[in-house]
Amino acid sequence: MCTLEKRGDLFLLTLTGDDEHRFHPDTITSVLSLLQQAKSQSTRGSVLITTAHGKFFSNGFDLAWAQSAGSQTGAVNRMHQMVESFKPVISALFELPMPTIAALNGHAAASGLMFALSHDYVFMRKDRGVLYMSEVDLGLPLPDYFAAMFAAKIGTSIARRELLLSGKKLKGEEAVALGIVDSAGQDSAEGVVEATVSLGESLAAKRWNGEVYASIRKSLYPEVCAMLGLTAKIAATP
Amino acid sequence: MCTLEKRGNLFLLTLTGDNEHRFNPDTIATILSLLGQAKSQSQRGSVLITTGHGKFFSNGFDLAWAQSSGSLTGAAERLHQMVESFKPVVAALLDLPMPTIAALNGHAAAAGLMLALSHDYIFMRKDRGVLYMSEVDIGLSMPDYFAAMVRSKIGTSAARREVLLSGKKIRGEEAVALGIVDSAAHASAEGVVEATVGLAEKLAAKKWKGDVYASIRKSLYPELCGILGLEATIFATPKL
Repeated sequence: MCTLEKRGDLFLLTLTGDDEHRFHPDTITSVLSLLQQAKSQSTRGSVLITTAHGKFFSNGFDLAWAQSAGSQTGAVNRMHQMVESFKPVISALFELPMPTIAALNGHAAASGLMFALSHDYVFMRKDRGVLYMSEVDLGLPLPDYFAAMFAAKIGTSIARRELLLSGKKLKGEEAVALGIVDSAGQDSAEGVVEATVSLGESLAAKRWNGEVYASIRKSLYPEVCAMLGLTAKIAATP
Repeated sequence: MCTLEKRGNLFLLTLTGDNEHRFNPDTIATILSLLGQAKSQSQRGSVLITTGHGKFFSNGFDLAWAQSSGSLTGAAERLHQMVESFKPVVAALLDLPMPTIAALNGHAAAAGLMLALSHDYIFMRKDRGVLYMSEVDIGLSMPDYFAAMVRSKIGTSAARREVLLSGKKIRGEEAVALGIVDSAAHASAEGVVEATVGLAEKLAAKKWKGDVYASIRKSLYPELCGILGLEATIFATPKL
């Protein structure tokens, strides 16, 4: 389902298996637990890279699991449960005391895209994979913390509209042009991971104090943090 | 330490001496006093240009002064004192009833970059000088009004991340590309000052009403003004 490996300074979180890596309560719990593991083992110079196997980075929440509840109310409850239980995953990424990089092997949709955007840096493939906010096509409104994330991380009003209101499937080049991802320079999943490892190693070499890094990161996104219930501690000890 | 000259419509605030122009309580008090002077002498068409001598615009707070207090607690207190006493300098610039231009002769780091960002326009050198938020490298977290300034003035999430979270030393061309400064076209400090004087003279010719200018400026940065305790007085008396 997902694994956490350590390679020198780098923590590599991988969503395993050649499936859509949809988030449902069990996967959410696993991802959260691995993030907490990374946090507890972090030292100066730690960096997290998150990636996945196969055609998908993640295709979002497990809507099939929601619908298998057997009733409309049951499905809505299950959806709500996933939306609420996913919030701590986003919080954990915002609080992680190390730089974070998402290496998109493939498609990132809905909460899968949220997961990617919760990282400090996002790299995707040039040749394959799209970013897609499916909610408008599916007829699902956006959870409040999703909207806050997009407002915070995606700079122009036009880019936000393209992503949230057009139902567009954005490929690498366009995602870079819109300022949504940092890079779409590689033609393979391995290439993307290699590029993120390279960035990861240059960030690791800075030997930053992880708590300070996380605190500065949170100060960049006060609205998202407030919505997630995260406080940014301001402490200055030179 | 610093001087205020008047040249026609232009107020020229200079951080003098060939040193790092670090901010400690004395320098902060002096700058605040000179800004107060410029405000009291302002009239329609006034413009402020701030610059420095030597290799540095400003390298930030006087951390050596903080550390010379002799204890860890003492150092933290002195740093806190500087962070708090610098807030009125930023507020004074946001409140100043005239356009403001920072002419970066050299490096601007941490609180020094904050001073630059507090101006309406920033020009830096093409050939020398970097912008650098050193906090992540030194292990200092960000004062709330520093983060608010970066969020207010730097347009894209990626640029804000580059400035605050990457420990990068950003040179002129990149600073323009990231939208942090307005110009990095001149290969000397004198060239930068000349260019800012050129811009200042155009702005001065508009003969704007200073308190209206300041009010409109503050309305662009409501979050930052909130943190600094500045109110934007909204009053509309159109001149028809």
